[in-house]
Amino acid sequence: MKKTFKMIDLDCANCAAKMEAAIKKIEGVNSASISFMAQKLTVDADDTRFEAIMQEAVKVCKKVEPDCTIVLG
Amino acid sequence: MSKKQKKMLWRILAGTALLVTASLLPLEGIPKLLVFLVPYAVVGWDVIFSAVRNIKNGQIFDENFLMALATVGAFCIAEYPEAVFVMLFYQVGELFQSYAVGRSRQSIAALMDIRPDYANVERDGSLVQIDPDEVAIDEIIVVKPGEKIPLDGIIIEGSSSLNTVALTGEALPQDVTVGNSVTSGCVNINGLLRVQVKSAFGDSTVSKILDLVENASSKKAKTENFITRFAQYYTPCVVIAALMLAVVPPLVLDQGFSQWINRALIFLVISCPCALVISVPLSFFGGIGGASKCGILVKGSNYLEALAKAEIVVFDKTGTLTKGSFNVTALHSANMDEKQLLELAATAESYSDHPISLSLKAAHGAIDKSRVSNVEEISGYGIMADIDGKKVAVGNGKLMDKVGASWHECHKQGTVIHVAINGVYAGHIVISDEPKPDAAAAIAALKKLGVRKTVMLTGDRKAVGEHTAAQLGIDEVYTELLPADKVNMVEKLMQQKSVKGKLVFVGDGINDAPVLSRADIGIAMGGLGSDAAIEAADIVLMDDKPSKIATAMGISSRTLSIVTQNIVFALGVKLLVLILGALGMASMWAAVFADVGVSVIAILNATRALSVKK
Repeated sequence: MKKTFKMIDLDCANCAAKMEAAIKKIEGVNSASISFMAQKLTVDADDTRFEAIMQEAVKVCKKVEPDCTIVLG
Repeated sequence: MSKKQKKMLWRILAGTALLVTASLLPLEGIPKLLVFLVPYAVVGWDVIFSAVRNIKNGQIFDENFLMALATVGAFCIAEYPEAVFVMLFYQVGELFQSYAVGRSRQSIAALMDIRPDYANVERDGSLVQIDPDEVAIDEIIVVKPGEKIPLDGIIIEGSSSLNTVALTGEALPQDVTVGNSVTSGCVNINGLLRVQVKSAFGDSTVSKILDLVENASSKKAKTENFITRFAQYYTPCVVIAALMLAVVPPLVLDQGFSQWINRALIFLVISCPCALVISVPLSFFGGIGGASKCGILVKGSNYLEALAKAEIVVFDKTGTLTKGSFNVTALHSANMDEKQLLELAATAESYSDHPISLSLKAAHGAIDKSRVSNVEEISGYGIMADIDGKKVAVGNGKLMDKVGASWHECHKQGTVIHVAINGVYAGHIVISDEPKPDAAAAIAALKKLGVRKTVMLTGDRKAVGEHTAAQLGIDEVYTELLPADKVNMVEKLMQQKSVKGKLVFVGDGINDAPVLSRADIGIAMGGLGSDAAIEAADIVLMDDKPSKIATAMGISSRTLSIVTQNIVFALGVKLLVLILGALGMASMWAAVFADVGVSVIAILNATRALSVKK
């Protein structure tokens, strides 16, 4: 399943790159892409575990830039 | 400016004032340190805060941390003004960066201001204004002058001119009337239109285009990925080098630490890769935005990047290079008035829906069908009919042979329709598909931009295809191809290109989907509202003009050169300052320039990508 999420307060391009790399490492994620310009995250991941994966993604992003939030749902 | 940015601006101004005051005060030692700590705290408290917080999260090479380390280091070696200044400039750079990025986002959003806010729907005899999302298929909507057409549909009443510039970049208004289909996103200029809705909002052209543009930047260019990877190594390397610079030379050369720490701090200030990381996607974003301003929708940075390397451009003929509609181009009569010949042919064909019949009817105008009787359509030959008591045969050479008329070929290119009356040859009509007015110029422009070979593929007859190719200046032409042959042809052509070169296929998107996806870059003549094209292609030309391919290539090369300039410039300056810094020849000021100054210049340069000459 492929889904796109809006990101709020993503202020740094380098952080976006780091988050992208971190999300790609989560198990079950086939591909992930963060567009700093569009402030959007696109995740392609396992259908069955999608929600758990997104929770994990939010966690790793918080680690990189605590001010940035991913709008789920 | 956003609220956040305004707050930052005030902090920077206050910090600057406090810094100036602090430098004017005649203090020494601890009091001096304390006085400089005030502006430092005002400007940089959040950086320090984030640095501490991020270290807890295991983010060591975070830019906040690097800045904190560099400035605290400067305080330690008593370089107070420098410490505050580095922090101040870092914040100025950050503010500028966020402002520039915000501006370019806004200008692209404005460019794509095609989303309709409401629809006027006729329900139970009255007109209600609702969200376009809530309108059902087949409902009737009313579009007043000045309003955006909210959904795709067909006009059932009224006529008007439409402004399609937001979709196609074409400034000339399009005239529409009853029976015409209209595309969401166009603006109704003067007439009141009643439109029957043909697709739900989610499937309408406007939604598809917005979706496409908004998601374009998630397909990243190779350069973008390269820079991100580079940044991952660059920062740790520079930081480690800084660490060694601070420790090794003083121990080996037995010199004081303070001088070498100063040099190490210069390294830390330069270690942030932000200028590069931000300027590359910003340039591509601008390039894609600039292209959509011209009615060229690019589905990803990777395609924009690849387009500049186009080496072979393969065209489909009908609908791509030619108009795709047949017109009568010549009337050669044997023994009667030319108008009469056309009238006879059109009347005989009046019951047929074949494209040829339609073009004859279109050329002649209104037809009196009552004159025709005993119409017989002979597949592969043509039509036999009785008109005013005469036996009229309209068709190809085989039909002429059949009725015993002595016919002859025509010197004109195109499809030839012969006419015989009572078995006697009466003449012929030539119909052909005309090249688009800008087709020849488009091919010439591509050649000028360095495309090595242009190829045309067509299912049409050899003579017709070769004539069109010669007329337009196409290098190679392959005719009488079935759709599957086109894929094979493209496969073959793919092997002829160089390693880095790209093959571009341009089609009208209707039955070209497999070829469009096989080519390196598939460009579709989107036409207004052609779903198949928008889905299958990598680049969509909204106004169907082949000359836009050259425009797109121009935008692509320009964007790439801006990207290259930025990479070379930013890396060059940083490397230079790193070397000078290691040798003790660069000051902290130079380092600040190499970081923030380069960032600002690179961003300004990147925003150039958005401005496209039409």
